[in-house]
Amino acid sequence: MRRMTCIAILVVIAGTVGVAAQSGAHPVRKVHAVAQALGVPTMPRFRFENFTTANGLPDNHVFSVLVDGDRVWAGTENGLAVYEGGNWKTYTTADGLAHRAVLSLALDKRTGDVWAGTMGGLSRVSAGRIDSYTQLNSGLSNDVVYGVSVEGENVWVATAAGACRLNTRTGEWSLYNERNTPMNEIWVYAVSAAADKVYFAVWGSGLLELNQKTGVWDKWDDPDGENEMVLLKDQGLIHEITTSVSYVDGVVWVATYFGDSHYDGRYWHNFLTKDSGLPSNFTNTMRGIDRKRAWFGTDKGLAYFDGTNWAVYRPALDTGKPEMTVRDARGQVTAIPVETAPAHNYVLGIDFQGRDIWVATAKGLSHGIYQP
Amino acid sequence: MRRRVTMVAVVAAALCLVLLWQPGMVRVSAQLSTPPEERYASPLEVLLSPDGARLYVLCQGADEVRVLDAATGRVLRTISVGHLPRGFSFSPDGARLFVVNSWDDTVTVIDTQSGRVKATWAAGFEPSSVVEDRPGKLLYVADRIGNNVTVLDAATGEEKTTLAAGRGASYLTMSADGSRLYATHVYPNATPHRTPPKSEITIIDPAQARVVGRMMLPDIAGVFHVALSRDGRLGVAAELHPKNLVPMAHVEHGWVFGNTLTVFGADVGRSVEVPLDELDRYYALPFGVAITPDKSRIYVTHGGSDCVTVIDTKKMLAYIRAHPEPFAEDLSASANYVEARVAVGKNPRGLVLSRDGGRLFVANRLDDTISVLSTRENRVTQTIKLVGPDKVSPLRRGEQTFYAAKYAFQGHFGCSNCHIDSTFDGLQWDLEPDGFGKDIVDNRLLEDLRGTEPFKWNGGNPSIAIECGPRTEMYFWRSQTFDDLTLADLVLYIRHLPLRPNRWRAADGALTPAQERGRAIFHRTVDKLGQPIPEGNRCAYCHSGPKGTNQKSFDVGTGKWTDNSGVLDTPQLMNVALTAPYLHDGSAKSLEEIWTVYNPHDRHGRTNDLTKDELNDLIEYLRTR
Repeated sequence: MRRMTCIAILVVIAGTVGVAAQSGAHPVRKVHAVAQALGVPTMPRFRFENFTTANGLPDNHVFSVLVDGDRVWAGTENGLAVYEGGNWKTYTTADGLAHRAVLSLALDKRTGDVWAGTMGGLSRVSAGRIDSYTQLNSGLSNDVVYGVSVEGENVWVATAAGACRLNTRTGEWSLYNERNTPMNEIWVYAVSAAADKVYFAVWGSGLLELNQKTGVWDKWDDPDGENEMVLLKDQGLIHEITTSVSYVDGVVWVATYFGDSHYDGRYWHNFLTKDSGLPSNFTNTMRGIDRKRAWFGTDKGLAYFDGTNWAVYRPALDTGKPEMTVRDARGQVTAIPVETAPAHNYVLGIDFQGRDIWVATAKGLSHGIYQP
Repeated sequence: MRRRVTMVAVVAAALCLVLLWQPGMVRVSAQLSTPPEERYASPLEVLLSPDGARLYVLCQGADEVRVLDAATGRVLRTISVGHLPRGFSFSPDGARLFVVNSWDDTVTVIDTQSGRVKATWAAGFEPSSVVEDRPGKLLYVADRIGNNVTVLDAATGEEKTTLAAGRGASYLTMSADGSRLYATHVYPNATPHRTPPKSEITIIDPAQARVVGRMMLPDIAGVFHVALSRDGRLGVAAELHPKNLVPMAHVEHGWVFGNTLTVFGADVGRSVEVPLDELDRYYALPFGVAITPDKSRIYVTHGGSDCVTVIDTKKMLAYIRAHPEPFAEDLSASANYVEARVAVGKNPRGLVLSRDGGRLFVANRLDDTISVLSTRENRVTQTIKLVGPDKVSPLRRGEQTFYAAKYAFQGHFGCSNCHIDSTFDGLQWDLEPDGFGKDIVDNRLLEDLRGTEPFKWNGGNPSIAIECGPRTEMYFWRSQTFDDLTLADLVLYIRHLPLRPNRWRAADGALTPAQERGRAIFHRTVDKLGQPIPEGNRCAYCHSGPKGTNQKSFDVGTGKWTDNSGVLDTPQLMNVALTAPYLHDGSAKSLEEIWTVYNPHDRHGRTNDLTKDELNDLIEYLRTR
């Protein structure tokens, strides 16, 4: 029945686009209009432009992406690249970068400095000068830096051996690990810091919360323990193997390799492929927009949740052709014809430039240009 | 008659000091009382009021701003500010004067109309220069210890952000149109061990409060003031070009220091290093720079050579265009563009031109005078004497000697070339007496040295008199120019250099939890495995006492193949956080590396049982010393 609906819609849309093209009207707008007429939720549409080594990226394996105004930074397996004025420039270890593989990026909005977490330490890029901090030359807890987040004068760092905080004013490093927090494992994959709270996604140890005012730690675990069985879906964190965290508007969004979670301070709500529009439970990264909306980077595509409906953007898993699907609140899935898609399904990083989206994937960096 | 008696007394006292500071007499000399404090004015910087009628003098020694009649030199007003002010500037409308107090970590805001202090705001660590943006919204402060530029709300003093600048960020200059702010720094940025130093001019967009560029200055360590032409097309920075990678054996060939300018801007098209020295004469410690309104001349003060260099801008630009770089080492170059060297007072620092460019005011820090030059005649037409002690004390004479380059062969350099503002330079030197390429040594901080003897990293010098006397004359200056009195005064000055406030220790001495944990590690006698730590391998054994040294030498396993001996003097720990890099040869880039890299066998203290967070705690404690 669902398949029939899609086909019917596609036929209608295709015909409409053809008519629109002949009449000179904008085809995308016409698609929107038709979709709306058919009751399909309006979800953001993008024209994706993809960057690879063929057009300037130093490597196709892009771990992270960061937008700073007109500049876009890409953390790749072979250097940190910045896109500005239509050109790419790459910083390498020869420029002082701690390591060639750049796993995470964060912007200090107060200064414009970019902090890069690498496989060999933490680097600060400030107007072309790179200062690198390692476990040998500084108080950094470990050289493998999975995540970084800037809050005021503090830089919070997630590493393979605990988390730490650099106070950029005093130079003091504070370490957080199994000795002074409820961290069972010390493999910290991500950090999201704000003035009131800091959240850590700890691989195998759930979600940690530090209340900055009281200094009190809280820990959120999967009530079902370390297994993939979900007995009560919304009773707590979906899984212990957390990979990404995003704290926004007092709400925390958490990604795991076995589904994703949303916690508003009182209730948990979890997302699984079987009962949501999530294209895969294996989620690498997540970015909350506000209390209701978030983006998800999975191994099977890029997904958007507007609080009710879902959209998935990817090269189709079977044909590799560009694909966009919309899932409404009833679970009705509609395919929207598109001509472009992110460079790859394996999504590792997400950031926003106005209404545009930038997506780091395992095979290139994608710029999703919003289509009104 | 009275003066004669005084002189005789001073000479006798100085002779006594020299006699006391012989090897073996160190303890006796350490008990000498501190001479009574002389509140010299020590003018460091000068400004002219927007109408040119009043000369504002920043008197660092007196903790004052003095307002003089620019025509007569008469004192109109004296305003007390914080301790050791280092920089000041007017708001663009001239209504407020901002003063940064380097040892108080404050900004004093003065109403220029009333001359009253309107506010005192907190700043970063050791604020050294201050500039307000054109709209009067943001105040930029360069912090020497903070290594950054702090941005304050110009109305409230509230901190908005801090921008990463070069190490030892110290001097700020706004372009004439207010679109760019240039920040310099006095210590070099970190580079790999035994590689040329590097510095930068940090370029800030004051509208965005962001660093938008860094002009790299290869081979430079010690950058002071920047001047910009009114049309914004020419910039000039005064700087030091140390040659610390070669043995300090060829003073006569200019192989110790170069005194240079970096010239940049649209008139040049790039940044170019331009020498100021001559083939047989050096002009040490270029500090202040000014460009005439018509851009025809550039003036540079030389704090070590007691003069002002006058440069013909056209000739300098023509030389730059005609000669391929680099020519910073070509000491014949300056003859092509230096128009004059005008002798002024002792240790000239800040300078300011009158609006028409006809008069140049120069602050002579170490003789409490202002020299007024006629720029048409290139001569001093007036010397304004500031109120202060009439006599020059031994301590003051010692300071004058410390900053003077005249004792070195051809006036090459002085103590303060390596000990910038009586501190250190962040460099490592190959001193010749130990042999070429042998015993590479890191420069050390000169503060509160009493009770830290012996000196030199090998502990070979029992007193400052030996360190700074025949040894310095023979191996550094390549001349024998100190008489006994001069040496006695110099030693007196060095021994009385005070310890600056520690920025990591609370005012009441209380330690943070991390610092307290680190203190326990520092003093522990048993390791984490429950094994006793041999006395000689405890932190607190060698680094004992209030200054963190037991004044003995040890082999802690940090010797290198270039060292004659692995036995090294135990360095004091006061303000150790300031003086990276570390170890005797500067091979440890940070405090952490002392133990993470250079202590594999626990010979430099038992540390390999520590976790990373425990090592961090130890370092947090050390930073409070």
